[in-house]
Amino acid sequence: MAIVFQKPKSLTDVPYHYCPGCTHGIVHRLVAEAIDALGIEGKTIGIAPVGCSVMAYDYFKCDMIEASHGRAPAVATGVKRALPDHVVFTYQGDGDLASIGLCETVSTACRGENVTIIFINNAIYGMTGGQMAPTSLIGQVTQTSPYGRDPKTQGMPIRICELLATLDAPAYLERVAVNSVAHVRQAKKAIHKAFQNQVEGKGFSLVEVISTCPTNWGLTPEKACQFVEEKMIPFYPLGCFKDKENGK
Amino acid sequence: MAKLTFREDLCKGCGLCVTACPKKILALSKTKLNHKGHAPVECTDPAACVGCASCALMCPDCVITVER
Ligand SMILES: Cc1ncc(C[n+]2csc(CCOP(=O)(O)OP(=O)(O)O)c2C)c(N)n1
Ligand code: SF4
Ligand code: SF4
Ligand code: SF4
Ligand SMILES: [Mg+2]
Repeated sequence: MAIVFQKPKSLTDVPYHYCPGCTHGIVHRLVAEAIDALGIEGKTIGIAPVGCSVMAYDYFKCDMIEASHGRAPAVATGVKRALPDHVVFTYQGDGDLASIGLCETVSTACRGENVTIIFINNAIYGMTGGQMAPTSLIGQVTQTSPYGRDPKTQGMPIRICELLATLDAPAYLERVAVNSVAHVRQAKKAIHKAFQNQVEGKGFSLVEVISTCPTNWGLTPEKACQFVEEKMIPFYPLGCFKDKENGK
Repeated sequence: MAKLTFREDLCKGCGLCVTACPKKILALSKTKLNHKGHAPVECTDPAACVGCASCALMCPDCVITVER
């Protein structure tokens, strides 16, 4: 018998602190699988965010740096420019990337830095107890929108892939989800491509992953995956928003 | 012929693998708890496993190794 599935080598043996069924863990694994498949563990440097994945540095075997809240793309820019032969990625939540760090996100994309960004959109500030994020859905009840997000006072949710697709510089922008086996397979391909692009010098690549937060959504892990299918994906359509090498 | 190995102490009993299995042969234990205090997943019919690894793909905690 041959092994058809096992934990990727680029993950350490430290058990994740994530809540049961939180799909941050699936995305960590997909990142590690891409690092393994490309054989780049020894020259990869990851930038961890502030948010539930703040301790991502414990889980990846490659070198890791902790950035202050939202600044991961700026740190990645510095690291990549200082060590251009290394592979540099950030792993960021929606509060980190789309709220406090929106400036760094847009500027880094606009400069077309040759880095890889893995963006976890779970429509909430998970770590701090479930406050509204820029990506929270219309009507979504959170700690800071107890009557549901009202666009009149709290604005509309931000679609990051669509926003960045208006820029000329990014090489690759894709939105995926990890709420089902089929979606995990697609997400794996997109994350692999986002790393491969960097290795090939193609430029700024971002994969937005629609992820779950069962704890702060107040749903079981299974129901949270259904919420992604029924509520998140209709507002955040999956697919490729920019792929320069293929003329998109 | 397929073989599943569970790193049982890492299981958080989230049930995502249970939902993902097309053969419906995974279930959370009714008789034991692991170190973390969760009811870990078990295979109720190992002979029926087709080794598709759907369970492992959905496991956030890399609990499951699949051989075929
Ligand atoms: C400068 C600063 N402002 C605010 C905070 C508080 N804070 C910690 S995590 C977080 C948001 C995390 O949400 P997100 O990025 O969506 O990650 P998630 O936990 O959902 O994965 C905030 C506001 C902080 N740590 N530092
Ligand atoms: S609070 Fe939400 S995002 Fe954070 S670990 Fe728990 S389920 Fe995951
Ligand atoms: S490998 Fe496939 S058939 Fe076997 S337990 Fe996992 S999901 Fe079910
Ligand atoms: S998906 Fe993983 S953590 Fe969740 S019940 Fe199955 S084996 Fe346990
Ligand atoms: Mg979040």
